[in-house]
Amino acid sequence: MPEAFIYDAVRTPRGRGKPDGALHQVPPIRLATTVLNALRDRLELDTAHVDDVVLGVVSPVGEQGSNIARVAALEANYAETVAGVQINRFCASGLEAVNMAAGQIMAGQSDLVVGGGVESMSRIPMSAAGGAWYADPQVAFHSHYVPQGISADLIATLYGYSRADVDAYAAQSQARAAQAWEEKRFARAVIPVHAVDGAVLLDHDEHRRPGTTVESLASLPAAFEKFGAEYGFDAVALQRYPQLERIEHVHHAGNSSGIVDGAAAVLVGSREAGERLGLKPRARIRGFASIGTEPTIMLTGPAPATQKALKRAGMSPADIDLYEVNEAFAAVVLRFADLVGVPMDKINVNGGAIALGHPLGATGAMLLATVLDELERRDLATGLVTLCIGAGMGTATIIERL
Amino acid sequence: MIDYRVDDDGIAIVTWNNPDSPVNTLTDASLAAYETAMDRALADTAVRGIVVTSAKRDFIAGADVHNFLAARSVQELEARSRRASALIRRLETAGKPLVAAINGTALGGGLEITLGCHHRIAADNPKTRLGLPEVTLGVLPGAGGTQRLPRLIGIRAAVPLMAEGKRLPVADALKAGIVHAVVPADQLIDQARAWILAGGEALQPWDRKGFRLPGGDLTHPGLQEFMSVVIAKVHERTAGNYPAPLNILSCVYEGTGSPIDAGLDIESRYFGVTAATVQAENLIRSGFLALNDARKLKARPKDVPKAEFRKVGVLGAGLMGSGIAHACASAGLETVLLDREQALAERGKAHAEKLLGREVERGRLDADGRAAVLARITPTADYATLAGCELVIEAVFEQREIKAEATRRTAEATGPDVLFGSNTSTLPITGLAEHWPRPDNFIGLHFFSPVHRMALVEVIRGRQTSDACLAQALDFVARIGKTPVVVNDSRGFFTSRVFTTYFEEGMALLAEGVAPALIENAGRQTGMPLGPLAVADEVALDLLHKVITQTRADLGSAYTAPASAPVIELFVEKLGRVGKKAGKGFYDYADGQRRLWPGLAEQFPVAATQPDVAAVKQRLLHIQALEAMRCLDQGVVGSTTDADVASLLGWGFPPWTGGVLSYVDTVGLDRFVAECESLAAHAGDRFAPPDSLSKLAGSGRSLRDAR
Repeated sequence: MPEAFIYDAVRTPRGRGKPDGALHQVPPIRLATTVLNALRDRLELDTAHVDDVVLGVVSPVGEQGSNIARVAALEANYAETVAGVQINRFCASGLEAVNMAAGQIMAGQSDLVVGGGVESMSRIPMSAAGGAWYADPQVAFHSHYVPQGISADLIATLYGYSRADVDAYAAQSQARAAQAWEEKRFARAVIPVHAVDGAVLLDHDEHRRPGTTVESLASLPAAFEKFGAEYGFDAVALQRYPQLERIEHVHHAGNSSGIVDGAAAVLVGSREAGERLGLKPRARIRGFASIGTEPTIMLTGPAPATQKALKRAGMSPADIDLYEVNEAFAAVVLRFADLVGVPMDKINVNGGAIALGHPLGATGAMLLATVLDELERRDLATGLVTLCIGAGMGTATIIERL
Repeated sequence: MIDYRVDDDGIAIVTWNNPDSPVNTLTDASLAAYETAMDRALADTAVRGIVVTSAKRDFIAGADVHNFLAARSVQELEARSRRASALIRRLETAGKPLVAAINGTALGGGLEITLGCHHRIAADNPKTRLGLPEVTLGVLPGAGGTQRLPRLIGIRAAVPLMAEGKRLPVADALKAGIVHAVVPADQLIDQARAWILAGGEALQPWDRKGFRLPGGDLTHPGLQEFMSVVIAKVHERTAGNYPAPLNILSCVYEGTGSPIDAGLDIESRYFGVTAATVQAENLIRSGFLALNDARKLKARPKDVPKAEFRKVGVLGAGLMGSGIAHACASAGLETVLLDREQALAERGKAHAEKLLGREVERGRLDADGRAAVLARITPTADYATLAGCELVIEAVFEQREIKAEATRRTAEATGPDVLFGSNTSTLPITGLAEHWPRPDNFIGLHFFSPVHRMALVEVIRGRQTSDACLAQALDFVARIGKTPVVVNDSRGFFTSRVFTTYFEEGMALLAEGVAPALIENAGRQTGMPLGPLAVADEVALDLLHKVITQTRADLGSAYTAPASAPVIELFVEKLGRVGKKAGKGFYDYADGQRRLWPGLAEQFPVAATQPDVAAVKQRLLHIQALEAMRCLDQGVVGSTTDADVASLLGWGFPPWTGGVLSYVDTVGLDRFVAECESLAAHAGDRFAPPDSLSKLAGSGRSLRDAR
């Protein structure tokens, strides 16, 4: 089986996902072309050798609709032979796109494929695409659908993470992200976004709140109490988890992932393609896996996805030097660490989505870039990226530096 | 069935007028007559428009629910919906303007007839209610309601009306856009005619070109989110026990984005599927018909003349006594409320006043009404005031001597020939009757707390109670708007005896190491109003302790302790946690909240393996049905229907089951017996099915048919 190599990985900075966010003026297609252009220009890539562009988008409607991957390749002036496909694995879409790109390489059916993702959450709000999952009465009923915040609080309740626990984790995410930016650890991956007139709109992650402490978070009200009590979602969760008397609501805006805009792209290819084009591989993709888990608690997929990917790669958790576990909600990471048995100094060492934000379709590819840069900086070998996913899934990817 | 005339302006007046009943209902016959009349008007070239109205006090009360019990297959029920739906659709597209002149209440199929008219005018009648309450019978609007109402007033407004079965007064229906106008009753027909004469168009909004759902369709993210919340609330409320509300939502979700004919098609399919469920059958048979029969005293001895009541006495002005007095006075009876001291009697009246105040706040009563009710309550400490009462009800302390004393003194004041009712919940009636000079005129009238909310009165026949006394007691219960169920004298009668098994089983589960939250959630998921441990706290554990002690003393060697006895003794004797009234029992009560007592884990360590919730639910319901079956065998209740009614009204046994004995048929008799046998082997002998039930297993008969 051919091996799949990562030749480069880039991302935009993450803009606050609101109308006053720095990237709000940028339609998602331009976020996507920004990273596609950067890949080509940095590597001096002849795009005629690229087979496909796979981009993850979670709300593929409006200006994110109609297969934005193909349209972005055209708009970025990639060769017209470069195909494009938009995929949706919800929050792991960006990682799944890379995995699918790698899969094409490993299957020997492609030589070079871009995997990545894009999401302008300020322009196309979450849930804009709708879906049977939560709006079709039979489907939502059968699957015991609850919003993700309720699921996160359910994890905290079930496994005993207190408000202090999740807030401490959030404060740590902010501190680590602050240090990472101070030390310019993201410099290699981040591509500033420009306006049509050439002005730099954003060159840093805008969502961060350095200086956040457990004390400063304490004043934030729990965000999902009303959803739980007044809209009936706590009761729905308890019908699936009848061993609990109630759901403790501990998550809020300060310990959940930020809503942001951004895009990312990773160039994946075979060894031969790289050699032919004179590209130096940065890492090898050791393996990847996706898995389905119980959909009401929804966000417990990272651990079983990780275990599945490790098993396929013939590795154990201790073989991984650095983990990126998407900080959708603080409890997700705490549960992952407990279940897989990973110390916190190996997880999200440069902070995560709580501080930096989670541009849904792009995050997975961004995390891959982050862990690759950090492995190089620390001169370590192996990294694992994993994300929890709507409707109860997890995706994980293992890379090894060369 | 349908009156027909055409006036000088060429307007046909089609009037629903059922000759056999005070109300119009939709039946095969009435719909056929309606179709004939409407076709006549459509065919008559001299007719320019049609007014549809009713000659009864109501417009049309809805479908005759017997229709839904007669043919129980999905196909037959679906076909029934299709027939009605196709007729209404044909009429609204036939080209002549139709106006519904809604003179009174129009519910269910009645409202659907009006939704198939191009214009709706309602008479300004405070008694009128408009709505689609099919969900309360376990079915759904099957004559176009789920499609026309959202297209008329929008999904956000229509969904709660249908999913909760709300009935709106005309003013609210006007505001919601369900009717176009509300006019004085005497102008109703003229206004309806006027709309036609002014050129009213024979075109429904949904048949206009470019029609859009008001408020948007389900492609809008906001409406998708709205649906997700409505679904969750239905899920919370039904715990999956009732398919109807969810299927109503599906009709809206799947049907409103399409042309209406596709929507109607979808609705009819869901109607068939929904109406054929056992839940629909149970809600119609027990929740509606059996309750109506009980309210109408179907079981009353026929040859006794109906008793009239003007003045009644209530002994004991505590919570129960004052509640009973409030009920009597509210029904227009002169009510003497007697207690040992005048001040106590006054306090009881003050309680009634508080209840009336709440009714005023809710707009159910005006200030004059409240004053009139209060004026009918005479608080006193003087037995002589009872003279002239037709009935005296005692609600004094549950002690034989106190009751005996009150009974004797009443007899001195009233003479022996008035009816005497005892509100005892525990003491055998036959024994108490000895203190009344005419034991044949003594009966148990067991009210439930809180009296103003609980519809049931358990009427307990003592050994000597006469048919006349029983009949008159039933007349009284009906007179004050309650629903009676007749039971025979025995320990705990029927209601308390069966209900007790629910929370006793909860305690048995606790003692076995089942997680308390699991027990409580399982109880609520069955559809019981409260978890069993919460109920035990409400009832009070010291009271249960007293009952155990008393029963043990009464029965001697014949006594077997219930599985809950060790738990009750622990809580009362060692822990001093006697229930809600003490602020602590299985739960801690503080700040209006109920939280499971954390110490439970220490007293009853949670077992490493837990049953799944279905197994816990099964135990909590099966145990009640078994006890009810024993009551039926012992003649405590006379029929499965009486047991059903008492359970639905007396302790909120989940309506989807049809009641505590219909539950056996709902599970399936053979399966129920097999499950009980298995439970008897694993959980205790109390689950051993009685022979009467085991014998029926394999016979192919249902319990309801056999008994």
